[in-house]
Amino acid sequence: MAPQSGLARQRTRSAWVFLAPMLFVLAAVALYPLLRTIWFGFTDASLTSFGSARFVGIRNYLEWLDYGDGNGEWLGLLVDGRWWSAVWNTVRFTLVSVTLETIFGMVIALVLNQKFPGRAVVRAAVLIPWAIPTVVSAKMWGWMLHDQFGIINDMLMRVGILSAPVAWTASPDTAMAAVMMVDIWKTTPFMALLILAGLQMIPDDIYEAARLDGVGPVRTFRRITLPLVLPAMLVAVVFRALDALRIFDIVYVLTPNSPETRTMSVFARENLFDYDKFAYGSAASTLLFLIIAMITIGFIYATRMDLSGTRE
Amino acid sequence: MKVQSYLRKAAFYLLLGVIVLQAVFPFYYAILTSLESGQAIFDVNYLPHVFDLSNYKSAFTNGVFGHQILNSIFVATVVVVLSMLLAVTASYSLARIPFKGRALLLLTVLSVSMFPQIAVLSGLFEVIRMMGLFNSLWSLIFSYMIFTLPFTVWVLTTFMRKLPSEIEEAAIMDGAPPLVIVRRVFLPLLWPAMVTTGLLAFIHAWNEFLFALTFLSTDSQRTVPVAIALISGRSEFEIPWGNIMAASVIVTLPLVALVLIFQRKIVSGLTAGAVKG
Repeated sequence: MAPQSGLARQRTRSAWVFLAPMLFVLAAVALYPLLRTIWFGFTDASLTSFGSARFVGIRNYLEWLDYGDGNGEWLGLLVDGRWWSAVWNTVRFTLVSVTLETIFGMVIALVLNQKFPGRAVVRAAVLIPWAIPTVVSAKMWGWMLHDQFGIINDMLMRVGILSAPVAWTASPDTAMAAVMMVDIWKTTPFMALLILAGLQMIPDDIYEAARLDGVGPVRTFRRITLPLVLPAMLVAVVFRALDALRIFDIVYVLTPNSPETRTMSVFARENLFDYDKFAYGSAASTLLFLIIAMITIGFIYATRMDLSGTRE
Repeated sequence: MKVQSYLRKAAFYLLLGVIVLQAVFPFYYAILTSLESGQAIFDVNYLPHVFDLSNYKSAFTNGVFGHQILNSIFVATVVVVLSMLLAVTASYSLARIPFKGRALLLLTVLSVSMFPQIAVLSGLFEVIRMMGLFNSLWSLIFSYMIFTLPFTVWVLTTFMRKLPSEIEEAAIMDGAPPLVIVRRVFLPLLWPAMVTTGLLAFIHAWNEFLFALTFLSTDSQRTVPVAIALISGRSEFEIPWGNIMAASVIVTLPLVALVLIFQRKIVSGLTAGAVKG
């Protein structure tokens, strides 16, 4: 690199001055709390006494409890069935919701990409679920899914799909489906918009050429649209997946205390603030962070995201 | 051929109808329910048949709901203003000044925006207790920086990078200090991007639930999402659905209005940042 001119050096210095306040705030609100959370996971901290927490090693994660008679058992997060069922719930929720959101999002994006009268109004209408606060969405659906007075049961019974009302949010068989339903309804617009932005970048003359060559609509979609929109779609999928892995609000509001829908975030918060197992909850938070961090890093490497901006 | 094209058109409009209906129906039904009271609520209706505002009246006369709305407005507004102040200069550095470690910094900012909030919850709880902010609205203003700040920096940086280098060259040659360049050259150009990011940050702060549930403990301090989540009756069979729906409609209407008015800006902000609002 050529020796920097005085001007460039001055600009570099002011760059750091400009960045300092933001970096300080991020350190105070993200980095330090994260490190403390990880530390609490290795202590015996409780909600009332985290100032005097002592280091206890990996006891919150794994510990051999000896009964003294040659027998014993493993304790800790890594052998806690409730934790692993929360992990499984979260993974299941993420896979199903994100898959369906991608499919529905693609359908809506393809529709919105057509020219028809009133397109602006339709696009605005589609955005409404996204604008509604998650808690409000959960309450609205909780009411619609009500076992006795809910309109969903009424609809399904009117058309003969159900013969008796279903307790959607309370029944162990349907609680997770109810949570997924709300999430899919709420976040499909986000997916649709990101995919639509990708679709709009595809130049019209490619479609024109395909039409002149007599390529059918299905083949056009599979050979032209899908490959070209894939990058935009993948970004949307990853952002949604990272978001789905930390789901909390819908579960907390729609199906409180249901083991079938307890996700990692709900498990961690329960332990932190409801069961007064602050250290145990911190350990769970740490594991959740590790899982999401690994996925994020994998994604950044896989897509070789250009962050320096030099190649533009 | 003609029949086929008619069928195709019909199928398209049918699909369109289904898409619009599923998007607006739950909100429509919430409004419908909020206008019914007493026993009327428990009869399933598809079309409005009464117009009874008593749920709205009781939302504002019983308890502290009005106060909670003000809490939400205060928190979301201050969060937006503070993150803008911090982000404009920071993104100028990240977008316009080449220096070592810039890519790494940007990567860090981006990864913070993907932070699971639960991962910092216990540490943040300690920080907030230490600063004496527990049960104060400032605890939310402080903690919301974790998602509004990286998002704002990211979008503004992307936006500023696209501006041609000529616009500041003259100012640099004249020896204008960077702060002056930001204020005189970039700020006027940044308004559209700032409106977009500000709106998205506002919506995000308005909707946030986990921190608000954890860091506030009294009813009069709560923000609206927590207030609505915690409305309950004396028993499971006495949940005041009418009141819940009225409160839901009140806190959602301004958002829906914002989204409809600023539709284009919001869409461009979402796609630029690819961050969920």
